[in-house]
Amino acid sequence: MSELLSVEDLHVEFKTPEGLVRAVDGISYSVSPGEVVAVVGESGSGKSVSARAVLGLVPRPPGNIPKGRILFDGQDLLTLDDDSLRKVRGRRIAMIFQEPMTSLNPVITIGRQMTEAMVANLGYGKRQAREKAIELLRMVGISEPARRMKQYPHLLSGGMRQRVMIAMALSCEPELIIADEPTTALDVTIQAQILTLMEDLCQRLGVALVIITHNLGVVARYAHRVNVMYAGRIVEKGEAGDIYQQPRHPYTAGLLESVPRMDRSREDPILPIPGNPPDLIQMPEGCAFRPRCKYATDQCAIAAPEMQVLHRGHESACWNTDALSRGVAA
Amino acid sequence: MLRFLIHRSIGALVVMWAVATLVFFMLRIVPGDPIAAMLFDSSPEMAEQLKAKFGLDQPVYVQYVKWFWAVLQGDFGTSIYGSRLEVSRLIVEALPRTISLALLSFVVAIVIAIPAGLIAATRKNSKLDHSVTVFAFLGLSMPDFWLAIILIIVFAANLHWLPAIGYAPLSEGFWPWLQHLILPAIAAGTAFSAIVARMIRSSMLEVLKADYMQVARSKGLKEPFLILFHAFPNALIPVVTVMGIAFALLMTASVVVENVFVIKGLGRLLIQGILNRDYAVVQGTILVVSAIFVFVNLLVDMLYTIIDPRIRY
Repeated sequence: MSELLSVEDLHVEFKTPEGLVRAVDGISYSVSPGEVVAVVGESGSGKSVSARAVLGLVPRPPGNIPKGRILFDGQDLLTLDDDSLRKVRGRRIAMIFQEPMTSLNPVITIGRQMTEAMVANLGYGKRQAREKAIELLRMVGISEPARRMKQYPHLLSGGMRQRVMIAMALSCEPELIIADEPTTALDVTIQAQILTLMEDLCQRLGVALVIITHNLGVVARYAHRVNVMYAGRIVEKGEAGDIYQQPRHPYTAGLLESVPRMDRSREDPILPIPGNPPDLIQMPEGCAFRPRCKYATDQCAIAAPEMQVLHRGHESACWNTDALSRGVAA
Repeated sequence: MLRFLIHRSIGALVVMWAVATLVFFMLRIVPGDPIAAMLFDSSPEMAEQLKAKFGLDQPVYVQYVKWFWAVLQGDFGTSIYGSRLEVSRLIVEALPRTISLALLSFVVAIVIAIPAGLIAATRKNSKLDHSVTVFAFLGLSMPDFWLAIILIIVFAANLHWLPAIGYAPLSEGFWPWLQHLILPAIAAGTAFSAIVARMIRSSMLEVLKADYMQVARSKGLKEPFLILFHAFPNALIPVVTVMGIAFALLMTASVVVENVFVIKGLGRLLIQGILNRDYAVVQGTILVVSAIFVFVNLLVDMLYTIIDPRIRY
């Protein structure tokens, strides 16, 4: 299957008064049409920045993309001018953001925010756009959509607003939706609803989905393939089942142990990963995870491990994957 | 909404009462009185006679109660100077001139401020932004009377494009009216436009960073559309507040500007009243000016409900 989106060796850096921050330090991943791919990592791991870079939403300056390619349908998005990139936004790649409470413009009605992209990108008439917007709102489970169209965002709850955002993302029938922590700001009870809705709609409409999240639990249930990011790099990638059942990077393993899981007994402790992510301005020599890693050896301090294929599409960037799989700490 | 209106109207009346009372007593504390201003050199008996005639021989609190009672009935008294004209008639004559000047200054200010503010915000730290900033500070730091004189020298005295002084009522035609007001409006509106432009700039910069702007951009909308229809209405909310308050600046500017351009508006009436210690004129004028100010700010609060759907009274 040919790839729909292919991010190759992407670097994103930010100039700050303290120094150059390498937010994304050479990541590569790909998404096939209709596939659900997750990018997992802690805050500051560069997952959101890499997603924004796809749509050219990294502010420049202070941001800069010194290296890499973002191929979408064979075309490098990084080489497009503003106008061509604008035609990709919304129309071919849509984005759903983290904060539904602040993602809608407070002084514009839901209806206008729903329809404006269709009018601008698809050349719809006002009435045609309105009818489609109402249909989309109904599809994402908003009751009385015609009445909601006339309302302003502050009258809607967080969950409802995220549903509106999803409807909006779908409105121009994109081939890919990038969802940046779409459920982080929502109640736990709503999270599952929203994710199931997104999965369901994307499957039905054949839209590929990139979910950016820090929650591996989310990943296990909805994603086909997973990329785990740490300190601006992808440290492990593979099929969701493989990663969940048998993580081959100490960081992924740590993430899984730090999440409460229903399939473990109550006596199993929840183990946090000790320490903090590294300072992106002054990265340690060697492996970035070494200071927090219980499998670390001398080799880890000397050189950063490259990604190596373990088996069938499962890759990990660790010198000690064997020790990890045997469960022997250094 | 009705409750809010009643509430605010009562508040407005209290403010006007406080201002009027303050002015009443301040006028009487200031050295010099109308009789002294009238008579240069005369017998004490004559002065006493005049004082009695105008009721100035009574204790201050009696004067105050009498004046206050009269104002409540809509009687602002008469000018004690010259032909003893009724203050209300003087004000009715002067008011349209000041309102014309204030409105036109407002228009001038907005026409300059909105594009300047938007350009400065969207091209932050560019040469255009810096020149807007420089002009804003120039506009703010130039005294309005000085600017008025420069405008007269350039456009009236040298270029003969516009009249230097005077006023033509709207009933004489739109152009004569406008012609006389262009220079005064620029003189009074420049500082106001500088404040509003700076406000729009900083407010826009704030809004441009908002999440919903990134969302709108990710939808593939064009940049000018984003600026005008997504960012600007949000940026206006704090700006409108400042406009209401800065309107006071416009009123004070008009006092000076009216004097330079010899427009017999409220400002000129006020200055003459103060110079002559013409108590009734000063009190009446201040009352009207404070009423305008309070009313404009009430109007601003009503405007909120239009530009910000989250605000409902």
